[in-house]
Amino acid sequence: MDIFTQFGRFVLMLKGMFSKPENMKMYWKEFMHQCSEIGIGALGIVVIISIFMGAVSTLQTAYQLVSPLLPLSTIALIVRDTVILEFAPTLVCLVLAGVVGSKIASELGNMRVSEQIDALEIMGINTKTYLILPKILASLIMIPMLVVISAVLGIWGGRLAGVATGILSAAAFDKGLVQGFQPYNVFFALTKAYTFGFIISSIPAYYGYYVQGGALEIGRAGTRSVVVSCVMILFSDYILAQLLLNGNSA
Amino acid sequence: MIEVKNIRKGFGDKTVIDDVSAVMQTGKCNLIIGASGSGKTVLMKCMVGLFVPDSGEIHYGGQNFLTMNTDERKEIRQQIGMLFQGSALFDSMTVEQNIMFPLDMFTKDDYDTKLKRVNEVLDRVNLKDVNSKFPAEISGGMKKRVGIARAIVLNPKYLFCDEPNSGLDPQTSLLIDKLIKEITLEFNITTIVNTHDMNSVMEIGDNIIYMYQGLKEWEGSNKEIIFSKNQRLNEFIFASEFLQDAKDMRMLEMKGKIDNNRNMDELLK
Repeated sequence: MDIFTQFGRFVLMLKGMFSKPENMKMYWKEFMHQCSEIGIGALGIVVIISIFMGAVSTLQTAYQLVSPLLPLSTIALIVRDTVILEFAPTLVCLVLAGVVGSKIASELGNMRVSEQIDALEIMGINTKTYLILPKILASLIMIPMLVVISAVLGIWGGRLAGVATGILSAAAFDKGLVQGFQPYNVFFALTKAYTFGFIISSIPAYYGYYVQGGALEIGRAGTRSVVVSCVMILFSDYILAQLLLNGNSA
Repeated sequence: MIEVKNIRKGFGDKTVIDDVSAVMQTGKCNLIIGASGSGKTVLMKCMVGLFVPDSGEIHYGGQNFLTMNTDERKEIRQQIGMLFQGSALFDSMTVEQNIMFPLDMFTKDDYDTKLKRVNEVLDRVNLKDVNSKFPAEISGGMKKRVGIARAIVLNPKYLFCDEPNSGLDPQTSLLIDKLIKEITLEFNITTIVNTHDMNSVMEIGDNIIYMYQGLKEWEGSNKEIIFSKNQRLNEFIFASEFLQDAKDMRMLEMKGKIDNNRNMDELLK
């Protein structure tokens, strides 16, 4: 199937999600379930990655910052901006594409192969609305939250590593943290988080929903969905940086 | 009653069902039989709307299903219950939650009323103490019965069963057949069973449609099938020598030429 057919089918899938729910209470229940699955389910890995990411950033920045003319608080400034601008949204979302994306693709793929989606269709339920929409909405709510948590923990991990290794004092780190802070960077990070949240949920949902075959195809769909999601995250990262940062600096 | 008129469905260049017309009668078990690849599953999926036919008409109680708008289709679909080949139970839900799901989605009853209904249908399919079990914890035959319970929980007008006996032992198959027959008569519903199980054909086949390479080859009842002279049907139904002998015996018995019981007594002596 060529790329245009795939894209057309993807757009039709998104269009098909918007129909009147048969029972709002059931849809709300499913939405809350997905929020829990995506948000709470991925929280552990996000916490671990974020702390280490921040810690390593501090150590590597200190290693590269050899000029005695630069104050040590610059390390905190660099760590803060790197974490907010790139590490928290992009790196964490790349990991979430694997964690959340493969889960969505395999769940829907398994439901398709075992005829559970057909069973829902025959009951008169719009399966795109019931199965895909709550996942995308939950991602759009939970992934930006995870990115914010990741940014906070990343900076905290950087501070922890800096102080623990004696590279800089807590006071120096805190001083650097507030130097030249631009709130726009947070807006940029959240814009990326929303974009990536949509990619992480919709692309695996597409691959899982339309899977054909058996267990092997479910595995393939999971892998393909993660690969495509990662490529799309990196591509949209570049586009957003070009649109939002270059335009802003000019 | 469901009426299928001149249905044609193909995938790519291959025509899978070609110009098939049939009437599925109310209060009867309508069987679609045929070898693998004969198009019976595609026909059933066209009837329930999972596949869109290339041409033809499907009428539910006189209304053409294919020209209905989304809301009208939803209304018809809520009158359909379906038992899938692999049962298609939601594996993240317990047996009780599986059966309650259609009630949760389409009724505003309170929990106690829904639970009462769930227990009623579980009782109807002869299942007890399985409410809190997950599909992975019950046997294949029990899964089929839970599938039937879920299919009938909303009192459907139409019951579709896709190979209800696949993967089951002969004794359990007979129980499932009996259950399908009883439910059909009890609730006066239109039942369509897709099978290649010969026991089902002989036991519950009120109206049988034999598909051969996408075409409707023969139509009749389980009584008529014995006397059918259709070569392809005979080769399919009475494939083994044993079944052929059984058919001959049954024919003689039905014509009154032998008393089967007396014959057995003599053999036992």
